[in-house]
Formats: sequence, structure tokens, C-alpha cells
Amino acid sequence: MNAGVAIDEGSVPRFQPHMKLRFDKKRERWTILAPERLFLPDEIALEILRRCDGVATIGAIVDALAGKFDAPRDVIMDDVKKLVQDFAEKGVLYTKER
Amino acid sequence: MNAAAPPLALLAELTHRCPLRCPYCSNPLELERASGELDTDAWVRVFGEAADMGVLQVHFSGGEPTVRKDLERLVAACGALGLYTNLITSGVLLDEGRIAALAGAGLEHVQLSFQDSEEAGGDRIGGYKGGHAKKVEVARLVRKAGLALTLNMVVHRQNLHNLPAMIELAVGLDAHRVEIAHVQYYGWGLKNRAALIPTRAQLDEATAVVEAARQRLKGVLVFDYVVPDYYARRPKSCMGGWGRNFLNVMPSGRVLPCHAAETIPGLRFDSVSDRPLQQIWETSDAFQRFRGTGWMPEPCRSCDRREIDWGGCRCQAFAITGDAARTDPACELSSDHQRIVELAQTESDRAPPAFVYRGLGAGAARTEPALSEDAVPGAGRS
Repeated sequence: MNAGVAIDEGSVPRFQPHMKLRFDKKRERWTILAPERLFLPDEIALEILRRCDGVATIGAIVDALAGKFDAPRDVIMDDVKKLVQDFAEKGVLYTKER
Repeated sequence: MNAAAPPLALLAELTHRCPLRCPYCSNPLELERASGELDTDAWVRVFGEAADMGVLQVHFSGGEPTVRKDLERLVAACGALGLYTNLITSGVLLDEGRIAALAGAGLEHVQLSFQDSEEAGGDRIGGYKGGHAKKVEVARLVRKAGLALTLNMVVHRQNLHNLPAMIELAVGLDAHRVEIAHVQYYGWGLKNRAALIPTRAQLDEATAVVEAARQRLKGVLVFDYVVPDYYARRPKSCMGGWGRNFLNVMPSGRVLPCHAAETIPGLRFDSVSDRPLQQIWETSDAFQRFRGTGWMPEPCRSCDRREIDWGGCRCQAFAITGDAARTDPACELSSDHQRIVELAQTESDRAPPAFVYRGLGAGAARTEPALSEDAVPGAGRS
């Protein structure tokens, strides 16, 4: 629990068990429910977050997104690492080395 | 201007009963009795109405919510409705079996209060002998049950010297998050303000401690930090704006825009026993009175921050000026600002008076010697 925030290609990001990514039907948007707050991920963040299933590595997530969006892998890698790092510092995700 | 978007969160004050007697309790001075509390079916119906309206999160609070034997059933009912469930507790009535039952019911997060980093201070401030040790045990049991944990630390002039130790306690107990909240001065906190309010220097030191720890503990512990706005330049966005995101249901079923709203005279509060929750949210006098920006006086009305801080806190405006519709005195643009600054400076420079502990009948509450060399923890006198 409470792993540090060093992120590399082999890291496996997953949601902390008390962080819930749920679809808000009333407002028609995805929301991360957290204690006393909520996060509203934008479309790109959502593409990444929905792949943080505790199985996929950062590398695998980047590969999937590179296929889907036809963008350079190193650019996507930077975005994914930055986002995972950010959400780990906010206590939403944590990572585990494979 | 006054159209009501649906609320995001509901604070369920299940009861005002609590074994602790914290002198900054956010409950009203006039505590509600057990006999007037909503029953299980009524609460379940309220949660259903809330979910239909668009509420996403339910915070079970009190008083001490674990006093209610039906808490597990209420948690499970919320879970079935897709509501995020958060328990705000003192912990002193919990044991391993009850924690397992709550986890089994689907509880998603626990906020456990601490009154200090150590036993003598914690038991004295909470007015409950043995409370601190019990909380430490409960924190371990909560984590052992796999539940996520926030430690709630309410800080003030009589425990700020232990702030670094409080943060270490949170790390040591494997909490995910720590909420360090300076006392807000309403109700019991207002009554005990002189015993609680820190000096400007104490506040600045506390803020520096929190900022350093926040950097050092990135990825380990998430910090929430709430400052006492008597020392602020701009007011807090109280509740994210009156009647914008949040509603509070009292033990008896009255619905409030914030837990202190009943301190404002002349507001009419409706009950879930009489009207549907959505109707109360959209049309009740209490919610309409300060919703949006239409009620604002100058300088708020033309301020470019009017939809950032929503005019600050109505209860504070009333507490300081006697008029809930005035600009929050915490704002330095308020003509009352100097009063709040002088109150803070004068009271924090004097020796703290004895606490007036929370209890039934504010006048009859027991007091205790204030912090001093010879203060005896637990030695109450009336």
C-alpha cells in the first residue's frame, strides 16, 4: 500500500481501492469519486485511466494508445507517465513493479 | 440566477449522540435528542431521493454515527444506489467485528478523528478518557480490514505544537490521507474561540510544516489543509457556494445548506418528513436565500471573485456582524474585516480560558482548566 511514485515503462498502475471511476448518469460524464472530493478527467485522461486495470504496464498502455491515436510513441509515453505520476500523487492511482 | 443544479454530496448527520465532548464540535449548541432521530426506513428513502437527484457521495456523520445500530444497513442501501460511502467517526465505539460488518456492507472510506498526537492531549481535548489509545487501535483495525483511511486532525492553539507528530502518526498508521483542519468558528468552536484560536505566528509555522510534509510525503500521504480564515485576505468558498453542491440532513430530518446554517435566525428549514428532498433543494426558503449571486451586497456584487468564493460564509458574516447578508468579514474588502483581525489578535495573545465542553444544554457543559503547567488531564470541574 502507499507505494512511492517512481514510474517507468514496466510500472503497473492501478486504482486505490477507495477511488471509484464511475459514470455519472445525471450529468453524463465520467467521475472519479474520492473521499470528500471528485475528479473530472478529460477525454485523454479517461483513455489512460480506463486502462489502469492493475494488469497493463505503462508500456502496454502506451502501445494501445499509439495504435488507437496514430501518434508518436515517445510523445504518448511522456503524457501517460505524467498523468500516472500526477494521479499517484493525488492518491488516486498507485503503481507496482511487475 | 437562482436555478439549482443538482447537489453532489449529502452529509447525513445520523445522530447528535457522541461519547466525545470536543469543544469545537460542529454540531449546534442545541443538540437533538435520540427520540427525534429519523428511523432506518426514512434514511433509506432519503438516500434514494438523493441518488435520483444526482447526489454522488454520502458522508455518514453525527454526532457519532456508529451509535446507530442500523449503520451497516444504511451503508448497504447507499451502495446499492451507487452512492460513494464515507464514514466520519471518532472510532471509540468500533471494534473488529463492527468494522468487518461495515466493510462487508460496502463502506468505501473511513475518516477517523484524532484530537492530538498523544494520549494526554487527545483525551483532554476530546473530554474522553482512553479515547486516544482506542483510536490508535481502531486505525489499525480499519487498515487490517482493507478499508481506506483518512485521519482527521482538528488543530488549534492547544495542540499545534504537536503538528509534526500528528503527521507522523498518520504515516505510522498507514493512512492514505490526512486532513489538517484549523478550527472553524461556529457553534461550539465560536463559544470556545479564545481557547482555540492560534496566533498569526503559530498559523504561519503550521502552514510551513504542512507544506514541507506534503512535498516530502508525495505518493505516501495526501494532505488536505484548512486554514482559519480570520487570518485570510479572501474568504473561503464556503461549501463551494450556498446550495450549489452540498446538503446536510440533520438527525430529525431538517435539511440545511451547511451544518451551521441554523445559527442564522429567520431562515426556514424544511424536513424530509414533510417534503421531497428535491423540492427542498430547489425551492425551500433556506436554500434559496443565499443561492447564486443575486443576494450579494457590494463589494461582492461587482467582485470578479463572486463566482469563485460565492461571497464566503454566511454563518460567519452573521456570527461577526449580526447580519448574514453582509460580506464575509474574512474578506479584506469587507468594512468589518478589521474587527475579525482584532478579535484574532486580541484573543490569541491572551492566556486561553477553560474549554466549554460540548454537551446537552450548553450552559450546563462542564469546563476544565485550560492548558497550563499544572493542568490535570481529565480533571473536570463545573
